[in-house]
Amino acid sequence: MKRSWYASPYALWMLLFAVVPLLFVCWYAFTTPQGAFTLSNFQEFTKPRYLGVILRSLKHALYCTVLCLILGYPTAYFLAGRGFNHTQSLVVLILLPMWMNLLLRTYAMMSLLDDNGVLNAALQAIGLGKVKVIGTEGAVVMGLVYNYLPFMVLPIYTVLKKMDYSVIEAAEDLGCNPFRVITRVVIPMSLPGIVSGITMVFMPAVTSFAISTLLSNGKIRLAGDLIDYIFNQSSNPTRWNIGSSFSLIMLVLILISIGFLRKVDPDSEGGGMW
Amino acid sequence: MKKLAIVLLVALLAAALPVACLAEADKPFAGAEIKVYNWEDYIDREVLKIFEEETGCHVNYVTFSQNEDMYTKLSTGAESYDVVIPSEYMIERLIKEDLVEELNLDNIPNMANVVDNLLDPIYDPGNAHSIPYMWGTLGIVYNTEMVEDPVTSWNALLDEKYAGEIFMMDSMRDTVAIGLIMNGYSVNSDSEEELEAAREWLLAQKDSNVLGGYILDQAKDMMAGNEAAMAVMYSGDALYAIEKNDALAYVIPDEGSNIWVDGMCVPKSAKNKEAAECFINFMCRPDIAQMNMDYIYYSSPIKQVVEQLDEEELASIAMNPTDEMVARCEYYVDISTFDNAWLYDDVWMDVLM
Repeated sequence: MKRSWYASPYALWMLLFAVVPLLFVCWYAFTTPQGAFTLSNFQEFTKPRYLGVILRSLKHALYCTVLCLILGYPTAYFLAGRGFNHTQSLVVLILLPMWMNLLLRTYAMMSLLDDNGVLNAALQAIGLGKVKVIGTEGAVVMGLVYNYLPFMVLPIYTVLKKMDYSVIEAAEDLGCNPFRVITRVVIPMSLPGIVSGITMVFMPAVTSFAISTLLSNGKIRLAGDLIDYIFNQSSNPTRWNIGSSFSLIMLVLILISIGFLRKVDPDSEGGGMW
Repeated sequence: MKKLAIVLLVALLAAALPVACLAEADKPFAGAEIKVYNWEDYIDREVLKIFEEETGCHVNYVTFSQNEDMYTKLSTGAESYDVVIPSEYMIERLIKEDLVEELNLDNIPNMANVVDNLLDPIYDPGNAHSIPYMWGTLGIVYNTEMVEDPVTSWNALLDEKYAGEIFMMDSMRDTVAIGLIMNGYSVNSDSEEELEAAREWLLAQKDSNVLGGYILDQAKDMMAGNEAAMAVMYSGDALYAIEKNDALAYVIPDEGSNIWVDGMCVPKSAKNKEAAECFINFMCRPDIAQMNMDYIYYSSPIKQVVEQLDEEELASIAMNPTDEMVARCEYYVDISTFDNAWLYDDVWMDVLM
């Protein structure tokens, strides 16, 4: 038996649950409910509200990615450092939230940030007033960061861990100050990890749903929420067709961003997951 | 002596066993299973156990949070249900689209317990397809300690004093209805102009800073926990919140509102229609209706339960609105066949997205 045969169960799985559904999406996107070819499903998206939703999704995903990078890079750098002995346990701590379902994490976040939640109780206990978090843009971004931060830390950590430490020593021997060591040596060498991290955070964030609705009390809805609404609640008879065409638009946006990032990291060194 | 006791005990058990088995087989629907599809938080689950014990029929209980979700599940036919409990306008649509069975009313003798004014409704003449389960109104719950003046009008939902503390419902019909009422139109409008006016009202409210959000089941807990000043709610949820927090009050605004009935139907996809009808009959039994009402706080249409209402319940606007209040309210009709039905969706998407 050829070795490639071992992958056939997975290939079948992919065929049934990824390729065939994708074909369905394409079919619905370009047809009317009666099955005739049409492009009118895409015309629907010239209405201003859809552009608004896409821009809002991109904006929130961008904020989330930038925050994840700012928080995640130093963390990964610290974890990959030579002088640190408890790496394994800390990596587990970072992974720990990912073992739990995304919705559960979001509900937990809701009760933490609630008007009468843990955060506000603590603020009041030390004599500070309440802050309103749930229902604001900040809450949505926080929710996204909370959910996707591990996807930023891990690829950067992997790349930094593999980095040859003697390179840094060489830079120091040649007179680089610590700041220049980081900007001229460490960051350029960890670029593949950064690219991979950005991709792995940005893409799920831009298509995320439920997190935004729950943490904004239904005020801020992103592209994923829109697709969910169109398929599940809309009374429009062409809802499957319109929903499919919007899903395709999102898919194309994601493919473009992958293509763009491939240019920066052609060898997929940052874990090569995408 | 001890041995003897054990022998006796075993003998007794052995004698009892066939009797127990017999009783099990005697149950009318032993071994059967029905799937009941109902609103979230809308039953005392204890009654399901009683039904299972009495009939031997297992109940697979699943829930939805909006009529429209239920319709999607039912109309795609992906899953089969034996009993569904949607609202009147949805029942009207299900009948039109031939998605529900005609009931065999001989199997539902307890229908005689239903109050007369909810029988033979416009949406389902002769109750051929549905039996009322609960009824109620749409209104505003407000916290009397946070809101100074008593609320009497939907206009309170625009009051800048309570910025960020005012919550609308995440439900198309109910929220668009408020936009229509505020412009003086029927909640069942089919006019493009009128729906445009509703859109503008709702978008203006969204763009002002008064709006706390569009939520559903969280609303009652938020109100009970003093986390919001005002929320649009169904009467039963309102009572639930009031029960937990004395500072809350419920009002059916002067401009009018919606009155609704949720009815029990048997979808065409039902696998066990007789057991489903037995379940509907069971739900109309006074003791069971009482249990459900005490648990979910909605108004039961069962005569014997209505007669048992105590003074406090009779005085409650949410439980027992006056005739004058009911007269202000309007039932929803099914809009799916309207010329401008799509506009409801369009307005709602603009509001949500």
